[in-house]
Amino acid sequence: MPAIRTTPADTAPGPQAFLAAQTRWRLVEILFWLALLSPFFLLPTYLTLASQIAITALFALSVDLILGYAGIITLGHALFFGIGAYTAGLVAKWGWGEAISGLVLAALAAGFVGYVTGFIITRVHHLALIMITLGLGLVAVEAANSASWLTGGADGLQGVRMWKLLGTFEFDLWGYSAYGYSLGALFVFFLISRRIVHSPFGLSLRGIRENLDRMPAIGAPSRARLHKIYVISAAMAGVAGALLAQTTETVSLETLGFQRSADVVIMLILGGTGRLYGGIVGAIIFMIARDQLADMNPQYWYFWIGLLLVAVVLFLSNGILGGLDRLLPRRRGDA
Amino acid sequence: MNAPMLQTRGLDKRFGSLIVAQSIEIDLPQGARHALIGPNGAGKTTLINLMTGRLRPDAGQIRLGGENISALAPEARVKRGLVRTFQINTLFPHLTALEAVTLAVCERRGQAGRWWRKLSDHKDAIDEAHEILTSLQLAADCLRPTHALAYGQQRLLEIALALATRPKVLLLDEPAAGVPQGESAELFTAIANLPKDMAVLFIEHDMNLVFRFATRIIVLVAGAVLTEGTPDEIAADPRVREVYLGSAHHG
Ligand SMILES: Nc1ncnc2c1ncn2[C@@H]1O[C@H](COP(=O)(O)OP(=O)(O)OP(=O)(O)O)[C@@H](O)[C@H]1O
Ligand SMILES: [Mg+2]
Repeated sequence: MPAIRTTPADTAPGPQAFLAAQTRWRLVEILFWLALLSPFFLLPTYLTLASQIAITALFALSVDLILGYAGIITLGHALFFGIGAYTAGLVAKWGWGEAISGLVLAALAAGFVGYVTGFIITRVHHLALIMITLGLGLVAVEAANSASWLTGGADGLQGVRMWKLLGTFEFDLWGYSAYGYSLGALFVFFLISRRIVHSPFGLSLRGIRENLDRMPAIGAPSRARLHKIYVISAAMAGVAGALLAQTTETVSLETLGFQRSADVVIMLILGGTGRLYGGIVGAIIFMIARDQLADMNPQYWYFWIGLLLVAVVLFLSNGILGGLDRLLPRRRGDA
Repeated sequence: MNAPMLQTRGLDKRFGSLIVAQSIEIDLPQGARHALIGPNGAGKTTLINLMTGRLRPDAGQIRLGGENISALAPEARVKRGLVRTFQINTLFPHLTALEAVTLAVCERRGQAGRWWRKLSDHKDAIDEAHEILTSLQLAADCLRPTHALAYGQQRLLEIALALATRPKVLLLDEPAAGVPQGESAELFTAIANLPKDMAVLFIEHDMNLVFRFATRIIVLVAGAVLTEGTPDEIAADPRVREVYLGSAHHG
């Protein structure tokens, strides 16, 4: 029999304590969220950017749930982002400018499309999966483009007018309300995601990711599980899209586009998959870098992102957070 | 003898022109400790795949406790108590042993679809998983990720995962495959100590272990049951001897 794990003294945690410790809030996490409040005080001129980052981070979080935790690789998740954006945009355009209910409707619409497409997604793997998500995304862009009577086509959806947020806060030019709103939504969905990944359901998703073959042999209905997380993720992506539509009061075809689907995967890989914070950190780095390099031409900016992506994948085990984990060996990854 | 827990009737399966199962009829009564033996490529693993639903038979029926389960999905068969382990480790590399077995326990309890409660709040399930791991001497290492466990421990984890589903019928595909001689007897002692009412069918190449732990032996050759009997009957059967001496000795 191998020796008991070499923990100092006799303090190896019991099984209950071990699992409970994984769900406990760490100090870095609390500091991280407090730091996200700092733009209000330190960088008020960047609040609009901060809001976009929070929205993108929520989108990345939704992708992490399926890609990082359940192993569903997607290159078409902007489909749900765009559906959420158009739903919220259209509802507001047609005269209902209340934000929160707009989010709910967007989540329902995106979740419904996620439910329908989920029947295909959960049946295929590997390259076929990537191609089908990619294909569905492309179909959506062209469908939205040709339905210009509804979506405004290439000109984008105009005439979106939001009411005061919660009846109190005007969506101002400076982005105070926008950032507060987006950050609040990000935090709420982060809490939900955190609960999901630390639940038995979250464990079963990790089981599917780790070994799909074994799952039926322990009695697990993998396909139903994948379907469920796909719908949750789609709804969450829809909320992110809705936030963008509401805070910018316009919706463009780009919300559905391939570029957005690919960018979000890049962010997730940069930050680290299957760890909730990876998408958020990735979104922050990606969006700030893009903003800072915006003066140069767009191709040039992707040159640097491409280089960074290659370096991160080559030299870090799982994104930037995975690399940090190595440096701070005492911290356990959640996945 | 009890009524059979698991029955196969006329199971046929071929891969192209290769016949891997031919009208296989097996009865596994409650409390059975049966061995399934046969040369490499005889179709032993395939038979387990057919029974558990990983493969569909071309013809025939599988009955569990009298119910025809031939059309059921693999996970539904597991829910009804028909469970297997794998010849080649089929585990969750980055889950700890504790997490893996807790997952299997939660699945059995119908709690693994819950997303609104923390795993750590399912204390009963965690305790049950820990008990199973303890019974297989895995408790000391159960907080390590599976891929970091010694090979022999991974073989035990294969069994732990199966036990977490509370099987009525347990099919063990070469549980000691790759385990050094000394440890394999230990592993089989653990198998012999499984609950008395559980029906167990194990595949094993080591004849010493087979004759020590099996109460009945089924001999499979080229996809067909050559013979079935008590260890004494099998030991005395010249056809079995021919198969084992004629072809290369066990693999
Ligand atoms: N999916 C498959 N497709 C085609 N042929 C297969 C497949 N699975 C198994 N076979 C073939 O069927 C035959 C029986 O294989 P099986 O794995 O059941 O043998 P086995 O009795 O378990 O052998 P071993 O003792 O080596 O484990 C072998 O010749 C194998 O190559
Ligand atoms: Mg085999």
